[in-house]
Amino acid sequence: MLSRLAENLYWHGRYLERAEDLARLINVNAHLNLDLPSGLSAGWEPLVRITGNAARFKAEEREAGERQVVRFLLSDEANSGSLKATLENARENLRSARDLLPREVWEQMNGLYIKGNEQLTGNLSKRRRHEFLRELILDCQQIAGTLLGCMSQDHAYDFILIGRYLERADMTTRILEVRGYDLLPDDIENLSPYESIQWMSVLKSLTGYQMYRRHVRLRVNGNDVLRFLLRNDEFPRSVMFCLRALEALIEGLPGEDDQALRAITRLQRTLNETKLVGLRGEPLGKLMDKLQIELAETHDAVRQTWFPSL
Amino acid sequence: MDFNDYSAGDFHDELIGPGGRPRAASRALWKYLKNLDRSELDERRAACELAAMVAGITFRVYFEDTGVDRAMPFDLIPRVIALREWQQIEAGLKQRVRALNLFIDDLYNDQRIINDGVFPADLLTGSVNFREQCRGFSPPLGIWAHICGSDLVRDAEGTMYVLEDNLRIPSGVSYMLENRQVMKRVFPELFEDSGIQPIDDYASQLYDTLASLSPRPADYPSVVVLTPGMYNSAYFEHAYLAQQMGVQLVEGRDLVVDDNDDVYMRTVAGLELVDVIYRRVDDEFLDPEVFREDSLLGVAGLMRAWRSGKVALANAPGAGVADDKVVYSWVPDIIRYYLGEEPLIKNVPTYRCEDPDQRAWVIERLDELVVKPANESGGYGMLIGPRSTKRERKEFAKLIEADPRNYIAQPTLALSTCPTIVQGGVGPRHIDLRPFVLSGQETYVTNGGLTRVALKAGSLVVNSSQGGGSKDTWIVDTDR
Repeated sequence: MLSRLAENLYWHGRYLERAEDLARLINVNAHLNLDLPSGLSAGWEPLVRITGNAARFKAEEREAGERQVVRFLLSDEANSGSLKATLENARENLRSARDLLPREVWEQMNGLYIKGNEQLTGNLSKRRRHEFLRELILDCQQIAGTLLGCMSQDHAYDFILIGRYLERADMTTRILEVRGYDLLPDDIENLSPYESIQWMSVLKSLTGYQMYRRHVRLRVNGNDVLRFLLRNDEFPRSVMFCLRALEALIEGLPGEDDQALRAITRLQRTLNETKLVGLRGEPLGKLMDKLQIELAETHDAVRQTWFPSL
Repeated sequence: MDFNDYSAGDFHDELIGPGGRPRAASRALWKYLKNLDRSELDERRAACELAAMVAGITFRVYFEDTGVDRAMPFDLIPRVIALREWQQIEAGLKQRVRALNLFIDDLYNDQRIINDGVFPADLLTGSVNFREQCRGFSPPLGIWAHICGSDLVRDAEGTMYVLEDNLRIPSGVSYMLENRQVMKRVFPELFEDSGIQPIDDYASQLYDTLASLSPRPADYPSVVVLTPGMYNSAYFEHAYLAQQMGVQLVEGRDLVVDDNDDVYMRTVAGLELVDVIYRRVDDEFLDPEVFREDSLLGVAGLMRAWRSGKVALANAPGAGVADDKVVYSWVPDIIRYYLGEEPLIKNVPTYRCEDPDQRAWVIERLDELVVKPANESGGYGMLIGPRSTKRERKEFAKLIEADPRNYIAQPTLALSTCPTIVQGGVGPRHIDLRPFVLSGQETYVTNGGLTRVALKAGSLVVNSSQGGGSKDTWIVDTDR
């Protein structure tokens, strides 16, 4: 397969995953704010931080209210990482590689892009927004499902998955980083019902609540959620799951250079060797930072190995 | 749908014959359409538009440097031709392309046709598509134009003519294929037991044609489609054909030629040998070592590789020498010279402005004629006499005098019409037809081709870059 197309598919995988994660974040945050008394609510500003937009958003000196933040994340022209721009990037990267994929995938992606362009105008009502984002998550899942059900599991598919899992692992660490700061109470034993609700929202933003309940019988608490989302082997949005998937994918790719594999092994070691019990605040933030840096190194290694600049 | 008020006037209509009665091959279609009420029609039309839009059928139009994607207009009333008539056209196209390939091969080698005094030598020196770099070389099978798209038009008497031959990188076949897909989705009932000839094997035929050119016939040939990239107006088609053939779609930067003149593509597993390139990049941009040095679309060393037989290029560089509009006027003589046969499909009468007498005659009658530059395509740079202003004609006369070799003139054709959905019903719109001819070990002609339609009432310009649309084309067997 052509290096150029491998790169396009990798980015398509990343952007589509990013679009889905963004949609989940916004919907869950809206729900969370409805459940919390106003004093306890962290509002919408954390979403700006999770998406790495704090500097850009502040530079505009605007209030971090729902309307401003959501508009910024969904359709702001100044935000190159807006949902609208992300969908366009997912589509453009797929466009050049479309001949490698089942035709339906392009049709779905194109349909999703057109829908996004029509609806993400900045004037989306709350109810329509919720409905649109819920559909968008399903549309993304439909594309993933079509790929799984209809596409040869060849290298083209591998590169989409590599992009998807790297992005997903990264997003999970970002959510934990920001939410971890906001939410972890000083006294871990004394969980108020609201904190439990907040952790539930973290799980829900990753559609992990039900799965968590099946794995962990105790009521929702910070330590277990952290362990579940970082180290669980079976939940497809946990960081460890993503890393294991990446390891298997990268092992199957051609080439002598093993720098990408080494980067993944390093990540797994970092994750396994850190004590998670009681991890909160600053140390938690540091761990997530470290994981994010190592994920970025993995990205570099993948790029240098399979699509060195042409 | 109401055909009672439908009239094509003095034009030949493809579907409706004299007295408002349908022609034999379109009777079943006519009956079906007549029974559709407005809401059923609107429903189908919306389904068509959606299907085309979702499939990403877009056509890029260049406007002030920014390409704009827009859905290519598609009309859902197909154009119908009887199989028996089509078989004659098919034979005529095969004859024409065979002669043109012999002509190109001769021009780059012995030039017998010039030495025998049939074709004037100075026409060649004035041709911008003659490539000195191709002299003294003959590609495999002696074929230069492996993919040819000739434009056919029908006049008021119902006679088919060839209007021009596209031998460089003809496009449009993907719209032909997509239009059929959309029609089958929206009107499945029309295709049951209707005798409509299939067109779906084009991609396999194209693949076989390309594979038959491989310099390493023993191997499983590695065929690629070379595109200028995503921002090219025909990119949709490049991607579509690569996908349908199951081959790689590459850009210039994906390919590299080594010191051994072998061509490779850069893959995730390292360099991979390439045998055949279906190139959709113009000659001039193909190889910066030989043609334009500033080309970023091409591959350095590609001409070396081609001339040393390490890779096949389709169409061959230099094939465009024969689709010059001045050369066009010689095609009947070319057919007679190489094949000793009379042309089966006629040329539109053509006046050559390089001839002083004909030039004077043309300039006197600019208001009646269509004047075309020899080497433009897409309908650019044309003068349509009856629709021109006095000032335009004056300017054109100057252009012709300044560069007579570059212009030909033809009578304004009364292009045939086909019923087309218009505001408030159905109306006649002018159409042409572009069939595609593949030449490799075998010769193959598409069943029909791409019907282009001028969507504006009375307009004769069908080019998609100038607001034309397209229709599905049915070759119907009425003798079943």
